[in-house]
Amino acid sequence: MIQTLVFLPLLMAAIAGLGGRVIGATAAKAITTGGLFVSAALAWTIFIGFWLNDAAAYTAPVLDWIESGDLKVAWALKVDTLTAVMLVVVTSVSALVHLYSWGYMEEDPDQSRFFAYLSLFTFAMLMLVTADNLVQMFFGWEGVGLASYLLIGFWYTKPSANAAAIKAFVVNRVGDFGFSLGIFATFMVFGTVSIDAILAAVPGQAGATFSFLGARVDVMTTLCLLLFVGAMGKSAQLGLHTWLPDAMEGPTPVSALIHAATMVTAGVFMVCRLSPMFEASPTAQAVVCVIGACTALFAATVGMVQNDIKRVIAYSTCSQLGYMFFAAGAGAYGAAMFHLFTHAFFKALLFLGAGSVIHAMHHEQDMRFYGGLRKHIPITCLMMTIGTLALTGFFFTAGYYSKDAILEATFASGTAHGLFAFVVGATVALLTSFYSWRLVFLTFFGQPRWAASEHIQHAVHNAHHGRGDHGHAHDDGTAGYHPHESPLSMLIPLVVLGAGALFAGIIWHGAFVEAETGAAFWRGSLAFDTHLMHALHDVPAWVVWTPSVAFFAGLGLAWHAYVNKPSIPVWWRNEVPGLYDFLLRKWYFDELYNAIFVKPALWFGRIFWTRGDQQTIDRFGPNGAAEVVVAGAATLRRFQSGYLYSYALVMLVGLAAAAAWMMR
Amino acid sequence: MIGLSHYLTVSAALFVLGVLGIFLNRKNVIIILMSLELMLLAVNINLVAFSSFLHQVHGQIFAMFVLTVAAGEAAIGLAILVIYFRGRGTIASDQADLLKG
Repeated sequence: MIQTLVFLPLLMAAIAGLGGRVIGATAAKAITTGGLFVSAALAWTIFIGFWLNDAAAYTAPVLDWIESGDLKVAWALKVDTLTAVMLVVVTSVSALVHLYSWGYMEEDPDQSRFFAYLSLFTFAMLMLVTADNLVQMFFGWEGVGLASYLLIGFWYTKPSANAAAIKAFVVNRVGDFGFSLGIFATFMVFGTVSIDAILAAVPGQAGATFSFLGARVDVMTTLCLLLFVGAMGKSAQLGLHTWLPDAMEGPTPVSALIHAATMVTAGVFMVCRLSPMFEASPTAQAVVCVIGACTALFAATVGMVQNDIKRVIAYSTCSQLGYMFFAAGAGAYGAAMFHLFTHAFFKALLFLGAGSVIHAMHHEQDMRFYGGLRKHIPITCLMMTIGTLALTGFFFTAGYYSKDAILEATFASGTAHGLFAFVVGATVALLTSFYSWRLVFLTFFGQPRWAASEHIQHAVHNAHHGRGDHGHAHDDGTAGYHPHESPLSMLIPLVVLGAGALFAGIIWHGAFVEAETGAAFWRGSLAFDTHLMHALHDVPAWVVWTPSVAFFAGLGLAWHAYVNKPSIPVWWRNEVPGLYDFLLRKWYFDELYNAIFVKPALWFGRIFWTRGDQQTIDRFGPNGAAEVVVAGAATLRRFQSGYLYSYALVMLVGLAAAAAWMMR
Repeated sequence: MIGLSHYLTVSAALFVLGVLGIFLNRKNVIIILMSLELMLLAVNINLVAFSSFLHQVHGQIFAMFVLTVAAGEAAIGLAILVIYFRGRGTIASDQADLLKG
């Protein structure tokens, strides 16, 4: 069953990708989507087995891969509760995104390629989450990176899409370098790459040290931090986050699948999978916690001022990933996975909803040119509102349970970094509520502001051109454009994800985070701290109410600033341009990296190119040899006069010399 | 009494004349052909002189061969010259420098 689940998307990707021209786009779409729905059904079967019945964890071997001395790596699919949760997330969102793409990519000429990439991504992600050893996990890790690169750059005629694809690839290389160093070091320490064997041997290494440059360094801290660098790259944590907002150049279904629900959560999954290692190193936990909290705060502040609807959601994703990491850093791995699980539903919903808005608004993505859309696309509006309620943690929605669990766990953990994360997390909850409702109010409420949008003008102009009635006067801000609700293939995934965003929390919070049932649910697949989870019930009442207060405060602020008195944001922009620009330019991270890394790299490259290659190697190597030959030939050709008598003279002299030599 | 050395002297003088005719003449390719003939004849004189001096007939037979070859060579050379003139419009030897590097 698990083999079918994992390899079906690969098979479908191969058929659709290699044979797309033969079988046609519709067939390619049908088989990839159908395959994914089969996989999703299998994944839910496995998940329900772990959730309701007492299915046992097992490992399904596939093939031997590498055997070299002590290094033994096999292809094997590991199935336990943690994997089952990820399987459900990955296959469900992927299947819905496949379905959604029928509508969204309808006019694209390369649909079979798109669907093949989507299925290829799903396969790589499934290899990642079912990995039995670190090398196989790295295979999946790189596979999703490749698919992400291909899909961000899917519209390869757009230079910005190519640049974003390359940026995502390069930034991820930095993280992957840390991850591979982590794998090497883990093999050095434990002598194996099998996850089960490593986790079993962790207690023996706790507190061990090694000597590095004369200093004693803790072994487990080093391993965890190296592995965490990989997680930071994949999950866009502060420092290696710059690729994620740019990745929004890809088609919107890709953003929903890869850059919200699944791939970017691979880092969280990896930390949870290796949670016993992190448990053995308090320092690494503190680092994870602080980095996660800083990312959450950074991304939320930037998200407040962005104008592109997809970028707001991208920063929101970044911020929520920060939540998952500081939950993991505080020791609440169950809560981190719970947030990953619920976040997949509501963030995929928000992205697909944003895609539906973009579809309706003729590819306009700037929220400044939206407004008043709730009357035109009511279902999308309703679903986006549900997603926003879940993201901001309204009572009894999915986000309410997972975010509360995280904040209470950070508070209850009692450590300094836990408290820091709690304070930051509560602030970020307020900011999240503000920017999420800002998005909703700017998009769906107020008066239409479409007239200024070039995309809309273009669409209206074309439509009028067809009918031949120029010169309509529209003073209601719509420019005469009528947005239309998306087709059914796009609305069905929205509704399914909307149901998940509403009910996933209330259904599963008992299994994922409750102290009594959690340990039985996870069955040791991650380090579930029963004491910490018990302590969630004993936190003060104000801690419990903090997220709800933050929700209402953010909602009220956003309503006041964007519906009640729209002059307030303008006032802020004009009165404190320094702060506004600082946030709008994303804390100047891109400028900083440009100055520190990109420019010097170009400069070094130029030096090596001109000085090293052109002026040294070429000059003394091939070019130098050629010049010596040319100069020699120029000298020698002077002897070739071309006159018969010269040659005759030389012959005579030669003959005379030879004769003289013979008769000596 | 005219001895062997006189013949050899005349022959050497003719040969040197032929050689100098090849290098020093800048005018005409025909003169080069004539100089070649001169050199061959100088050799013939040598052969015949030695044949007579040694009372052996080989030298005279060789002289006959050389005359034949020289005649053929002159015919071919003149034919080449005619073709050459058609192509280049001149047979001046200082204009014949197609091999110049």
